[in-house]
Amino acid sequence: MLQYVLRRLVSLVFILLGVSVLVFLLVHLAPGDPVRIMLGEEATQVDIDRLNRLYGFDQPLPVQYFRWIGNALQGDLGVSIRQQLPVTRLILERMPATIELALWSLVIAIGVGIPLGVLSAVRRNTWIDFGSMFAALVGVAAPNFWVGLILLSQVALYVAWLPIGGRGPSFGDALIALFTRFDGAMLWDHVRYALLPALALGTSIMALITRLTRSSLLEVLGRDYVRTARAKGLRGLTVVYGHALKNALLPVVTVVGVQFGALLGGSIVIEVVFSWPGVGRLIVNAISQRDFPVVQGSVLMLAVVFAFVNLLVDLSYSLINPRIRYG
Amino acid sequence: MANVPTVVAVPAPRRGNPMLRKLLRNKNVVAGSTVIALLLIVAAIGPWITPMDPYRQDIWERYAAPRGLIVEGQFNTQFILGADELGRDLLSRLIIGARVSLMVGFVATSISLLFGVTLGAISGYVGGWVDNLIMRLMDVILALPGILLAIAIVAALGPNIVNAMMAIAVVRIPQIARVVRSDVLAIREEEFVEAVKALGQNHVVVLFKHILMNAWAPTLVIATLGMGTAIVAEAALSFLGLGAQPPQISWGRMLSVGREAIRSAPHVTLYPGLAITVVVLGFSLLGDGLRDVFDRRLQDS
Repeated sequence: MLQYVLRRLVSLVFILLGVSVLVFLLVHLAPGDPVRIMLGEEATQVDIDRLNRLYGFDQPLPVQYFRWIGNALQGDLGVSIRQQLPVTRLILERMPATIELALWSLVIAIGVGIPLGVLSAVRRNTWIDFGSMFAALVGVAAPNFWVGLILLSQVALYVAWLPIGGRGPSFGDALIALFTRFDGAMLWDHVRYALLPALALGTSIMALITRLTRSSLLEVLGRDYVRTARAKGLRGLTVVYGHALKNALLPVVTVVGVQFGALLGGSIVIEVVFSWPGVGRLIVNAISQRDFPVVQGSVLMLAVVFAFVNLLVDLSYSLINPRIRYG
Repeated sequence: MANVPTVVAVPAPRRGNPMLRKLLRNKNVVAGSTVIALLLIVAAIGPWITPMDPYRQDIWERYAAPRGLIVEGQFNTQFILGADELGRDLLSRLIIGARVSLMVGFVATSISLLFGVTLGAISGYVGGWVDNLIMRLMDVILALPGILLAIAIVAALGPNIVNAMMAIAVVRIPQIARVVRSDVLAIREEEFVEAVKALGQNHVVVLFKHILMNAWAPTLVIATLGMGTAIVAEAALSFLGLGAQPPQISWGRMLSVGREAIRSAPHVTLYPGLAITVVVLGFSLLGDGLRDVFDRRLQDS
């Protein structure tokens, strides 16, 4: 197991180095001289040259790359051209918001998807089953940012306590307030801001979980040991929850793991729709402002988070399913 | 052997292609391909069936509400689904917008198939350091969430629909390459490949004619399912202003302008999103159906 983790970590380092080269090249291929855009039309060549020297843009590309990656390894991703703030700080301020959103959408997707899937399987071929399967089919196909727009126009505008954008206090702050001052208002604020974006981001995963839970549970319910349990005279619900569901959820866990990384990507557009102050919105804004230290820094950081999430997910399989062993 | 008379009783051949019959018996294939066929027809004859000029602006009809097909007992062709922020007919724009979505889907998927199949085939057939190099390159592409990489590529190349298609294609290459590679690895070891090689065929013929001809089914399934992903990706890029540019009509762009008036005119965002959902649904039904028919093995993955 340890050997497997080490091997994965080593290959991860090389993959991330590859990503850094890719991101660096992409950003430096971009048309439009950022310094010229920053200084405006009136800028003199002397000023442009001076600023280029300041940012190191006058150096050859390989030199710029090694300087960037060398600093990045020490936690310094450069300075934002537009905001004159360290890129690392900008990202660290926003990363918790992005991860928080992804986690909430996963919580909602699991919390709704699994019970709905179980219900469909138990009430097979009833209108509950058909209804939720149809909803799941549409849920997988609908683009999540469109679901977000629909939630905004059809729900947020009619429910007074639902805001149409932005983020409340962070979950951590809200918990601290709850436990030190017994003040639940911050937690409530946190939840009402996070609810719709998390729901929109989670729709396709939720639909996937519902379908998978249903089919997997139906398969398990046909097995011999379930028949034995029933033959012993156990109640229907005891068989479903006590015996069948545990085994039926294994493939669901796998899919949740694979999809969790995709949530980080999906959150980019959702953050724009709901004005959620995360890394995705940071990237989109930085692109339109040609603030490329911010673009390359935040894309790289998202790749790092993505890679570690995927590694953790892979490792967790062996904990959940004892039949999987890494050697 | 050819002149041995065949006296074995052969059951009377049923009419039609057996593969086709199998396809037609699958509900998902029928439903999915019907949806896609209808959309293709709409996209093809689009300019001739739009009820109004999709580009004509009418300042008095800004954000006009949907009027439906019947107005005061009369058949209506004006603003059936309402109008957008410049008073242009939504239904007509939806019809023309289908062309961009489907084009992006087909072109991006074709490009990713071209590169994905070639890279995957070479990787699986040649093996060794070539395989290693190609697969590590694919790992790098997969190390970023797809939409993030697409955004970064379009940002670098400049925002327009051609670059958006390229970006979507690049993102989709690794998945296809991996599927093709694993198929080639399996088929490479089969006896008929040995036989063809023994006949003195060169590697290119063996790989592209004999091995790949036996590996198309999983690739077809992945490509069909990928059409939906590509269409959603285009909508997302256009929504962010990184895809289709005005005056080009795209469903993603329609969503982004609709967002400005989400309070007063929710219908402007409703219909383009529904259209995207229906197309994606069509391709995912077809893809699921094809998987059931052709490839039992993929079902488990």
